[in-house]
Amino acid sequence: MDLQAIAFYTLAAIMLAAAGLVVTARNPVHSVLFLILAFFSGAGLFVLLGAEFLAMLLIVVYVGAVAVLFLFVVMMLDVDFVSLRSGFAQYMPVGLVVSGLLLVEMVMVSGAVASSGAAAKVKAAAVTGRSNIEEIGRVLYTDYVYFFQAAGLVLLVAMIGAIVLTLRHKPGVRRQNIADQTARTRKSGLSIVKVATGEGISE
Amino acid sequence: MSVGLPAYLAVAAALFTIGVFGIFVNRRNIIVVLMSIELILLAVNINLVSFSMFLHDVVGQIFAMFVLTVAAAEAAVGLAILVTFFRNRGDIAVDHANMMKG
Repeated sequence: MDLQAIAFYTLAAIMLAAAGLVVTARNPVHSVLFLILAFFSGAGLFVLLGAEFLAMLLIVVYVGAVAVLFLFVVMMLDVDFVSLRSGFAQYMPVGLVVSGLLLVEMVMVSGAVASSGAAAKVKAAAVTGRSNIEEIGRVLYTDYVYFFQAAGLVLLVAMIGAIVLTLRHKPGVRRQNIADQTARTRKSGLSIVKVATGEGISE
Repeated sequence: MSVGLPAYLAVAAALFTIGVFGIFVNRRNIIVVLMSIELILLAVNINLVSFSMFLHDVVGQIFAMFVLTVAAAEAAVGLAILVTFFRNRGDIAVDHANMMKG
């Protein structure tokens, strides 16, 4: 057993164990932390495969952004998480049956595909001398440039959607209204009151 | 490579299965359901990248990048909906989530 195989089995075992703890942990904060561990191990598997750019992207996007977002929401919402676990034992048998069937099917299909179908079509690796990120960039910014732009639009729509959903104006908070300020004239802002002596002014 | 394609596909299949199992058993806790969806998408990404590396075709990695984009967008919008739902109801039990039925 060489070093690569040891690394693969270690990373895969850590990733699967962390994923199992994500779905069974009692505390959602622990779930998020195990999710981060699973993504780190997944990034390790990507490095092992030779896809360094995607491995780094996984760490930046998932650990840096998505997991922190999850952590924020889990800690911000004051939820009674114990009551949310009430259906756990009830749904366990059907979940085990369905996911067990799914696992058997997928392992059988992927074993067949990998050993016969896909393996027969393997092209010889083109020796280009280029790094992984350069290969990705050459394809991404030429053949897939419209898809790249569309991905940017997806992120823009998601950003606008998240802001629109969570922004709220509290009543009673005075905000600056620039249109009102610039539309203010001397007539609307000033009034001359003639005060009779000894009477004062009332509203 | 000493570790073949079937091993990577088996790991991805197991991860996908764990994600589906998580959706089943945590169906009341929507935060863990969202995390299970992230696990499922990670399994899909492992499939795409391993096929890409074993078939020497970089397009699989491009597609994995797009999956990553959609996953990030989905997490952001899902959590935003969750925060709004929590503000309106005071908890996140999704089996009572029928406010928009009209």
